[in-house]
Amino acid sequence: MKKVDRTLDCIGLYCPMPIVNTAQEMKKMKTGEVLQVLADDQGIKLDMPAWCEATGNDCLAIEEEAGIYKVYVKKLVE
Amino acid sequence: MTDEAKKEKMTIVMFSGELDKALAGFTLANTAASMEMDVSMFFTFWGLNIVKKNRTRFSGKGFILKMFGMLNKGGTRRLALSRFHMLGMGTSMMKKVMRKMRIASIDEMMELAKSLGVKLMACTMSMGVMGVNADNLRPEVDSLCGAATYLAEARKSAVNLFI
Repeated sequence: MKKVDRTLDCIGLYCPMPIVNTAQEMKKMKTGEVLQVLADDQGIKLDMPAWCEATGNDCLAIEEEAGIYKVYVKKLVE
Repeated sequence: MTDEAKKEKMTIVMFSGELDKALAGFTLANTAASMEMDVSMFFTFWGLNIVKKNRTRFSGKGFILKMFGMLNKGGTRRLALSRFHMLGMGTSMMKKVMRKMRIASIDEMMELAKSLGVKLMACTMSMGVMGVNADNLRPEVDSLCGAATYLAEARKSAVNLFI
């Protein structure tokens, strides 16, 4: 079980909302905290690692279960 | 948060006044803004229709501009699809599908863009040619400028798009 500090439900939301919401949620978090993002838009498989690379945060893992993607993002940059 | 000076810039020329193209423009702008990019959108020619108020008086002086103002009313509510507009049927069907899929409307996209710090600028030359005054434009527009302002931003930009 991964340690998760916050969960963000983006199920039913299409691009760019999962990424935009992630960016806004991350602003409220402390460095080192982990955000779990739930989404069903398959674009997130590539979008989240891309966003993390562009912003300097860490995309820890992407799990898929019955069409729902669980993405774990760690805040590294203040 | 990254320093203002260190932020990568992105400029988008919104030349088209169609619903689908406007959506594409705002989607890219909003995504770039959430990647800590400094985004500016330049609304010119048909793109001005996206940032016109939905209810506004025609400002054109002279017969031709007044007629043009009546035919080209603009405003987010009147934006058409670039294809399959089908006298309005296609556009309203697309809007219905978008609502059902919880995809943001143009107004919502614009609101989101503003909250993310995207700058909206209107081209003064197009405004003159199309008979659009500053008070015909929505309050969301940050400034009025010309090609030189756009190029000053564009030459420093990492990403530059013409939509």
